[in-house]
Amino acid sequence: MFTFKKLAGVAAIAAAGLILSACSGPSADNSKSSSGSSPSAAAPSTGGPLKVAVVTHGSAGDAFWNVVKNGAEQASKDLNVGVDYFSDGDPGNQARLIDNAVAQKVGGLVVSMANPQALQTSIQNAVKAGIPVVTINSGEDFSAQFGAIAHVGQSEGLAGQGAGQRLKAAGKTKLLCVIHEAGNIGQNQRCDGAKQTFGNVTTLQVDISNPTDAQARIRGALQSDPSIDAVLALNSQVAARAVAAAKEASSKAQVATFDLNADVVAAIKDGSILFAVDQQQYEQGYLPIVFLKLYKENGNTIGGGKPVQTGPGFVDKTNIDTIAPYAQRGTR
Amino acid sequence: MTAAIQAQPDERVAKKSLTDRLVVRPEIGALLGAVLVFVFFSVVTGQFLSPLGVATWLDDSSTLGIMAVVVALLMVGGEFDLSAGVMTASTSLVTAILATQAGWNVWLALLASLAFALGVGAFNGWLVMKTGLPSFIVTLGSFLALQGLNLGVTRLVTNTVQVSGMRSTSGYESAGGLFASTFDVGGTEFQSSIIWWIVVTAIAAWLLVRTRFGNWIFAVGGSQVSARSVGVPVVRTKILLFMGTALGAWLVGSINILRFASVQANQGIGLEFQYIIAAVIGGCLLTGGFGSAVGAAIGALIFGMARQGIVFAQWNSDWFMLFLGVMLLAAVLVNNAFRRRAERVRR
Repeated sequence: MFTFKKLAGVAAIAAAGLILSACSGPSADNSKSSSGSSPSAAAPSTGGPLKVAVVTHGSAGDAFWNVVKNGAEQASKDLNVGVDYFSDGDPGNQARLIDNAVAQKVGGLVVSMANPQALQTSIQNAVKAGIPVVTINSGEDFSAQFGAIAHVGQSEGLAGQGAGQRLKAAGKTKLLCVIHEAGNIGQNQRCDGAKQTFGNVTTLQVDISNPTDAQARIRGALQSDPSIDAVLALNSQVAARAVAAAKEASSKAQVATFDLNADVVAAIKDGSILFAVDQQQYEQGYLPIVFLKLYKENGNTIGGGKPVQTGPGFVDKTNIDTIAPYAQRGTR
Repeated sequence: MTAAIQAQPDERVAKKSLTDRLVVRPEIGALLGAVLVFVFFSVVTGQFLSPLGVATWLDDSSTLGIMAVVVALLMVGGEFDLSAGVMTASTSLVTAILATQAGWNVWLALLASLAFALGVGAFNGWLVMKTGLPSFIVTLGSFLALQGLNLGVTRLVTNTVQVSGMRSTSGYESAGGLFASTFDVGGTEFQSSIIWWIVVTAIAAWLLVRTRFGNWIFAVGGSQVSARSVGVPVVRTKILLFMGTALGAWLVGSINILRFASVQANQGIGLEFQYIIAAVIGGCLLTGGFGSAVGAAIGALIFGMARQGIVFAQWNSDWFMLFLGVMLLAAVLVNNAFRRRAERVRR
């Protein structure tokens, strides 16, 4: 049984330990131009296959991230590199997964940075431990600063601008931009990009994990404002819901989307989706493994400190037939 | 024969054997589960026992553990708080918005978010006591409301869904030193949230088993009517318990915002059930009136060890949740077997 005295003792010892131990608080950001510590050149590889941990912010079972995972796994087979894939949408948990990979002494690390600031300490610790890091998908502005050797992704703002331009060219006047992950900064950047080139844009918030509700909310938005003549979905699952919602609301709105899947391919073929912005995320899974292998075995870096762009590519009626079979097998 | 029976002392004051005395403690099942999980991953994986590995799973357990402990107190008091998970994000957001957008000193922002948290906690408790509705329903409402508030206010103020830039606010280093520093043990960095976890557990354990307030908690959780009739201030006790979970959420929210320097509007959703399951693994009953703070802390430790252990074991992450679910279920079953035995002993 605990007694109060013992407990107070434990607490006091703990507090004293906190004060006495080499205690280091988090470092503040005083200089805006903190240059990234450049990782030292890799030592020549010392036998044994390379092991890479891929840590992303996608929720398990997300169609988009499934393609990224397929890319990483294919690269693992092709290049004889061990690849472990982990994901967690909560930035704190993602940081812990990175710490975990560092504790496992992996040979390389691939991280998607939806929330760069939260991952900063963990990534810099990995770099300090001599693990080469490649960032993917989002967080391109911080990649070099954190000491990553490369970034592979699509600039969200540019992609949004491209989508806005195409919709304007198609003669649309009022756009509904559907955001499906509340904490994802990239999705906001896409809608903002579309706003810059298109003009009249309203945003709608839905929950990706509840498709029924997403469809109902899009339908409601279309019914309450009949002047909306275009919907921009930011992911293929939401796009399918938006098409159904427009049909139910008998709205004239046409749907455009980010990302491909089998549904979107079929919808582009039958004309219910105008076009898809394809960021070719398979490359975001595949290329980092290549880069890490080259870095490990030959000291190569890539991109010259600039992000390696995997998109935006546009898929519409003109090129859908080439791409359809690839989407079918989960690689586009 | 009758003489032999009379010679035996009254069973209520009989000396119990050590095993019997141990087995009636609510946390013993959790402790056994923790040892099992610990041994299992130490054997199966190479890095689980390395200093860095230990730092990783203790870190994972710590913030969950702080919340599991305060939620355990509330559950012993016979109530639930489903808003506890999203509250950790709300407090982070209040601190971050005041510090980065309004330019407040971090310490002031922390005080403001503390006041906000205690206010929401008191409101939850007051509403539960005033309406007589189950706290499950009331706090489900406040959970959804806070979730909306988190997103709405964040977008309104910042036009985006993340608040970042904490590292360049005034007072960040000193506040971070208290809430989110690291301490060095043999060359490995451990998060100070582990210390917070130990301190919160110690305070809660002392409160529960050594103070009058602790007796009140057991009383209101066991039977509200009886508690009221023997003069326990039921309303005050329960409102204080809800404020306690809010206080815990503020602590975790502060640790998170100062460590990660940014917060997402959708953070914390779904964590409330992890707190509850950690408390249940630690021996709390869903019906109230029974449980332990130390047990809840051990429950969180099991959760953290399992979560990071699965990663260390490099099992395919597609099955991650299945592993976690099975492991937690096993822990609860072990617990249950112990409780049955304990109830036999008590009779």
